[in-house]
Amino acid sequence: MKAAVIVFPGSNREGDVARALELVSGSRPTLVWHADTALPAGTDLVVLPGGFSYGDYLRCGAIAARATIMEAVRAHAARGGLVLGICNGFQILCESGLLPGVLVRNARLRFICREARLRVERIDTPYTRKYAKGSIVRFPVAHGEGNYTADAETLKRLEGEGRVVFRYVTTSGQRDDEQVLNGAANSIAGIVSEKLNVLGLMPHPENHVDPLIGPTDGRALFESLAGVLERA
Amino acid sequence: MIPNEPKITPELVAEHGLKPDEYERILQLIGREPSLTELGIFSAMWNEHCSYKSSRLHLRGLPTKAPWVIQGPGENAGVIDIGDGLAAVFKMESHNHPSYIEPYQGAGTGVGGILRDVFTMGARPIAALNALRFGDPTHPRTRHLVGGVVAGIGGYGNSFGVPTVGGLVGFHTRYDGNCLVNAMAVGLAEADKIFYAKATGVGLPVVYLGSKTGRDGIHGATMASAEFGEGAEEKRPTVQVGDPFAEKLLLEACLEIMEAGCVVAIQDMGAAGLTCSAVEMGAKGDLGIELNLDNVPCREEGMSAYEMMLSESQERMLMVIAPGKEEQAEAIFRKWGLDFAIVGYTTDTLRFVIKHKGEVVADLPIKELGDEAPLYDRPWVETPKKAPIDPATLDITHTVPGILERLIASPDFASKRWIWEQYDHLILNNTVQRPGGDAAVVRVKNGPKGLAMTTDVTPRYCEADPFEGGKQAVAEAWRNLVAVGARPLALTDNLNFGNPEKPEIMGQLVGCLKGISEAARALDFPVVSGNVSLYNETFGRAILPTPTIGGIGVLDDVAASVGIAFEDSGETILLVGETKGWLGQSAFLSEILDREEGAPPPVDLAAERRNGDFVRGLIKDGLVAAVHDVSDGGLLVAVAEMALASGIGATLTAPPAGMVPVAWWFGEDQARYIITCASGKGAILKRAEAAGVPLTKIGVTGGDRLNLPGERPIMVDALRERHEAWLPIYMGAGLM
Repeated sequence: MKAAVIVFPGSNREGDVARALELVSGSRPTLVWHADTALPAGTDLVVLPGGFSYGDYLRCGAIAARATIMEAVRAHAARGGLVLGICNGFQILCESGLLPGVLVRNARLRFICREARLRVERIDTPYTRKYAKGSIVRFPVAHGEGNYTADAETLKRLEGEGRVVFRYVTTSGQRDDEQVLNGAANSIAGIVSEKLNVLGLMPHPENHVDPLIGPTDGRALFESLAGVLERA
Repeated sequence: MIPNEPKITPELVAEHGLKPDEYERILQLIGREPSLTELGIFSAMWNEHCSYKSSRLHLRGLPTKAPWVIQGPGENAGVIDIGDGLAAVFKMESHNHPSYIEPYQGAGTGVGGILRDVFTMGARPIAALNALRFGDPTHPRTRHLVGGVVAGIGGYGNSFGVPTVGGLVGFHTRYDGNCLVNAMAVGLAEADKIFYAKATGVGLPVVYLGSKTGRDGIHGATMASAEFGEGAEEKRPTVQVGDPFAEKLLLEACLEIMEAGCVVAIQDMGAAGLTCSAVEMGAKGDLGIELNLDNVPCREEGMSAYEMMLSESQERMLMVIAPGKEEQAEAIFRKWGLDFAIVGYTTDTLRFVIKHKGEVVADLPIKELGDEAPLYDRPWVETPKKAPIDPATLDITHTVPGILERLIASPDFASKRWIWEQYDHLILNNTVQRPGGDAAVVRVKNGPKGLAMTTDVTPRYCEADPFEGGKQAVAEAWRNLVAVGARPLALTDNLNFGNPEKPEIMGQLVGCLKGISEAARALDFPVVSGNVSLYNETFGRAILPTPTIGGIGVLDDVAASVGIAFEDSGETILLVGETKGWLGQSAFLSEILDREEGAPPPVDLAAERRNGDFVRGLIKDGLVAAVHDVSDGGLLVAVAEMALASGIGATLTAPPAGMVPVAWWFGEDQARYIITCASGKGAILKRAEAAGVPLTKIGVTGGDRLNLPGERPIMVDALRERHEAWLPIYMGAGLM
């Protein structure tokens, strides 16, 4: 698998995701600077990591969406290439128009770092093949603006097309839109593009891959990717 | 000739926080009247915050050496050898006054300042901690301060990208007008690649890096060296504004140019900004420094020399660059979008010369600015000793379960989840022990080593007996590190006290320092960095003496660390250490009987060491499942915390015959731990006997409740609800 992790000024989880990718696939991803114009030749997977790109003093991800490298990322996505946006990366994907909707401030207006429970809604994506359908997984969240929202039309379309891949659930495994930790519409934690090649999610699978640190539910996401790309 | 407008008047001198005799000293030192810029420079260098003029004399008694200490106090941070060619770099620093005036920015820039101290030395920050003290929860300002300080710490650390892994939060009416925000950072560096402030070489470029200079924070250090009275809010302009994004870029750029071999000396611009950093670099290297302020990157037009020299704008660094490396260094900084400007040169004159618009606006002897700062042997009186409390004389009508339920939901003991969930404590993927235990544990790189870290102090003890309180703060930090399986290595101290010009306050400082010294020496736990914050008073009322101790320890195998949660049912619960039932200054006495009385528990350092070494040995050999130190709140609070962390209950044995039950359950005797084991109790008992360690079986884990002989059972789930509820409800946030 050939992975490229984009580094924007203010990215801060590029190391975490690079480490997770290496742990699972055995090969170290390339770190690509935001001001570069091209992705390394033969890139299979592009990761937009967590952090506070450009400080996120404007709308989160708004400036990063206009960074030089994003032209190449858009082209990669248009060719059907895999693009994974985690946390700030998800915000950037939304701001770039690669995914619909937007992430606004958490309903309670506070940053939340907590282990969240998610339901895996579909397993026929390149990111979720190694999960069992409907399984409940634990990924941590660490965000101040993870409250997914979109107009009613878009939400309806996303649900209709089955593009919600991860949904927040309560500790008992139930969906509860009133109690969702950040206020996200329909308890949405992660969505995928129409062609299933672009995934954005707020929680951090890369922080739950190592038994010494916590649960290892995030591993299967990277294993899914590694499996897909090995065969490619 | 140095222009001298305006005229220096006694009022102007007083406004700069300089006493008449200190001004006399300046006149003698330079042989003429200072310019306004020079007066500003002296006020910045000679205030309490920068010069330690009241505390310096007494700090000398602290033990600062050990074979593993690479750098003790006097640099930006302390440095210790943790083996494998690696060093831990750490320090704690207060940002109390700014946080009270403007909690979000005050606390945030406190975090920024301490992170900068760590990466200035060439270390990448791997963890942050803090120690927070707020006023009584009923005080009208407390809620606002808690909300702002916590958001500020999170806002800075989360964006910068360092996990905030631990800390402490306490409430007491004596902090009503003066909260404490003590921020600690820990970094990792290669032991042979530490960078220092000391400049070497004449004629080398002095380079300004980072954000531009603005008018924020002027006189911040002077403000921090005065008491609060009416109009504290009017001091808001002296609080700096933080930009964690700029700090993150500065970190990456600094580490990159250090790696490239460009840096001879480096000093961050913290308190008193450009003044303090330039003087330190020159004075430490026995060199002069000449600055041309025309080249300083400014955020706004028309800044005077005085303003530039005293600005405390954040995220700035001063460096001496190696010959011929200017271009390479500049390219790296430009890549990160940061300012880079040559603002001066090192000289062999030992003068600190400032030029602005073609004129010399200051010309001062550089060594004397630091070395000749006033040093006071302030009068002090010892705090009178208090008599111990005899538990038999207390009129106790409460039941033991009732006391536990109240204590566990009281502001000091209630869960701080609402706070630490606002801090990203997982970034970097190395957090082995998350917040809520005795000490945080962070894996070093890919392991197997780990670092344990904690912040501790019990101000009630320090107020009642500064000497024993100082000892206890060190012992508790040491004990918390031991409790996760670490070998304690060194500490940083953040000494928060009232006005040192009052002999009783000075007596608290002197007493606490003696206690800290004695404990640090007995436990081989040297002081490698620290910070003193005095004048923590409002309307003449001082805070409780609060010498916060930040401790660091190392684990050779981080996977062997243990937590406080009961692991399983049927485990034997053992108490390590001796229990006499000490209730003086206990949480029970204060919270339940509303009495802060008596002598605090004495600390037997030999017992601490013996019991701690015993517990660490058990953890190392895998003989115990869970470990928790017994600190304020006593035995039953500690057991309850272990049950809450796991959801598993326990059945406990009766107090020893002849002991007042409340004294057994809630006494705060020191040098104690609770350990649990699934099997192998016999081996543990044998080892305890051989080591002369008192060991008592106090119960067995299991079930969903705490069963105490002759008392109603306490359901763990119900206890958790009380424990978790207080803070979110207090903050008006609901439980989500």
